Amino acid sequence: MRLETIALAKRYGIVLVFVVLCLLVSAVCQYKVIRGEWPENTFTTPDNFLLILYQVSINGILAIGMTIVIISGGIDLSVGSVLAFAGMLAASFATGSAGVTPWSGTYGIALPVLSALLAGAACGALNGWVISRFRIQAFIATLGMLLAARGFTMSLTEGNPISSLNPALRWFGTGRLFKVPVPIVILLIVFGCAWVLLNKTVFGRHVYAVGGNENSARTSGIKTNRVKIWVYVSSGFLAGLAGIVLTAKTGSAQTNAGSSYELDAIAAAVIGGSSMSGGVGTVSGTLFGALIMGVMNNGLDILGVESFYQSIIKGVLIVAAVILDASQRQADD
Amino acid sequence: MQAPLLSMRGMKKRFSDVPALVDGSLELDRGEIHALCGGNGAGKSTLLNILMGFIQPDEGEIFINDTRARFANAKEALDAGVAIVQQELSAVPDLTVAENIFLGAEPQRHGFVDFRRLNHEAGELLKSLGYDIDPTETMKHLSIASQQLVEVAKALSHRNADILIFDEPTSAIGEKDTARLFKVLRDLASAGKGIIFVTHRIGEIFEVASRYTVLKDGARVAAGNIADITPEQLIEKMVGTTVDQEFVKQNWPGTAPLLEVRDLTCAPHFEAVSFTLHEGEVLGIYGLVGSGRTETLAAIYGLRQAETGSVSVQGRVLKGSGAGEALDAGIAYVTEDRKRNGLVLCAPVGDNLSLSVLSRAQKWGLLDSGRENAYIDKAVRRMRIHPPNARQLVRHLSGGNQQKVVLGRCLLTDPKILLLDEPTRGVDVAAKKEIYHLIADFVQGGGGVIIVSSELEEILGVSDRILIFSRGRVAAVFSRKDATQKKLLMAAV
Repeated sequence: MRLETIALAKRYGIVLVFVVLCLLVSAVCQYKVIRGEWPENTFTTPDNFLLILYQVSINGILAIGMTIVIISGGIDLSVGSVLAFAGMLAASFATGSAGVTPWSGTYGIALPVLSALLAGAACGALNGWVISRFRIQAFIATLGMLLAARGFTMSLTEGNPISSLNPALRWFGTGRLFKVPVPIVILLIVFGCAWVLLNKTVFGRHVYAVGGNENSARTSGIKTNRVKIWVYVSSGFLAGLAGIVLTAKTGSAQTNAGSSYELDAIAAAVIGGSSMSGGVGTVSGTLFGALIMGVMNNGLDILGVESFYQSIIKGVLIVAAVILDASQRQADD
Repeated sequence: MQAPLLSMRGMKKRFSDVPALVDGSLELDRGEIHALCGGNGAGKSTLLNILMGFIQPDEGEIFINDTRARFANAKEALDAGVAIVQQELSAVPDLTVAENIFLGAEPQRHGFVDFRRLNHEAGELLKSLGYDIDPTETMKHLSIASQQLVEVAKALSHRNADILIFDEPTSAIGEKDTARLFKVLRDLASAGKGIIFVTHRIGEIFEVASRYTVLKDGARVAAGNIADITPEQLIEKMVGTTVDQEFVKQNWPGTAPLLEVRDLTCAPHFEAVSFTLHEGEVLGIYGLVGSGRTETLAAIYGLRQAETGSVSVQGRVLKGSGAGEALDAGIAYVTEDRKRNGLVLCAPVGDNLSLSVLSRAQKWGLLDSGRENAYIDKAVRRMRIHPPNARQLVRHLSGGNQQKVVLGRCLLTDPKILLLDEPTRGVDVAAKKEIYHLIADFVQGGGGVIIVSSELEEILGVSDRILIFSRGRVAAVFSRKDATQKKLLMAAV
């Protein structure tokens, strides 16, 4: 009985944390309404929850890619820069103002989208190849890509942003599908695909095995280098996708877009139960990890908490999540 | 009568509702080597972990020299004179031998480590033990056997250590080093220390120990003098029923070659290794640690690139491109160190079992859990994995059952050739017997087995032919009827 409770808490603990957090913020808001300080409770509304999902979408997409990488025992620090690079490339093919880059102009929708996805995947493939071919730590290899991709982004336009985007491209950030904002739809599709990939395909199981024990995976006949390369391709591809969504959302591509987004993505994965030592993690955990961060941002904003306190609270939360994870593992042994 | 050096009485410990120890007891006198026996999961580790202060008992008392003791942590136990020589090597590979020996107790001078004294004292200690090891050498450059000896020195560096625990000290070292270690053990005992000796090798108990305690299912079931008991009786007490250590031998090796290895070379590990494995044959490989046996198996399996030479399975030459190719050709490999390169410890039993056959359990590009579970169930039943729960994490299983998971994963690929590297190391007597049965069944079905082992009895018992490896070369070949322990040892040096 007690064991089952523990197993249950372990599995759905993250959902519980999410629900408690929502109730907490909503209770404080309600209290302010009752006290007459606020005219209405702006947190607990359907529109606000949609807003939270909308705000979470970019980090969610990146964090799902990051989760796959972390499960494989690696890390991808380059996703923020790759996002910016892909976004800039997409914008250069979808801008009304000519001349920012030699080729810039409006080319319909396929070219900007495909170029961004391809660029992201290519950056990921390069990461994976360097990591597996030269046996370099993922931290170092992707740190290199973090710097290089940012540099490429700036070199594309000599540091200038690209604006006046083709409205067709902007649909990816501001459009709606059945009344749901497109970024949310994209996040949910990515989540579904990643879930199937990790749970229902041979590749997914190989990712867990490589992260759990690479030597054992190799002995079992798994082509570990190939698995690793595809893992980073997925992460880079999703960074490219997030780049399209961010560019479309904001209506312009900035050279400093996505700075330090990799850290938020890592945070969401870790809060969601991924283990930095590899082999352990779920995309559903990560989704809730991203949601928890989103509710905190949104709720604390509504409550008027200064951003520097928000940062402190997030910092504590991440470390607390890992402490909880570590203590559970110790209790296991 | 003099009070015993150490007395543990009625120790109880539960781990999240699972009792690991229900009545653990142990009495240790000065000057004796006391064998602590029991199968995997009998409670030996739990009892020792309590003694070392790593875990706290739920109930029970510990007396040292008739004084009640309770250790809140490892340091308190160490201060009370309890020191351990770890089973798993716990050295820091990038520190020197001397730094490892005095880890946490470095001699200091004005707040800095006094390296001169450190190296000097470590050197004296090693010399007094008769070890030819340079204290300034980096740990990772030593052989496994030497590293084990440094662990012994480390335990003895705690000057007041009266109670020394040797937890399977011989599992990673060869015969010669074992003999040297036993001399150290006897010297320590005659110097008045009490020694607790844990091993799975029954022969060693009778060679070196004077008394024994048997744990079974978390309780002491027997204790007494080694002189009053036979090995068969001791095993019987450990497993509850009589287990004959006889090896099943009913196969008749055929003449059709299954695996041919020609001039395989990978300097400096092995050179010009050639042999043929036939259908239905068990080929034993014996050699000292570092003789190139493990590296040869890894090269046959494609995990290690050979410089020259060829490996062919039933006439088809392998390219040596990796484990995938070897598995497709019908070779399966049980590695020497199951924790390091056999299992995914953080994953469930089921995931580990199906790892090599996942691509066969697909339907329309997706995993078909029905097919996968059929594979897993088959392996769990065939290997008699205990507990028979595929969702249990592998790291929670006993050593014997972990090994059965590795074997199960290999057998699911329907191999023709099994490469087994020390398949019974750290495995209890009952599981050992099951593994021998599996080998016997496998060769009766026409398969071929190559088994590497450091245990002479085992290699003599299971093999049809025995290759002796020495310094990376095949030094001799013996047929089953010609082989004796003495011949094997002579050829291996």
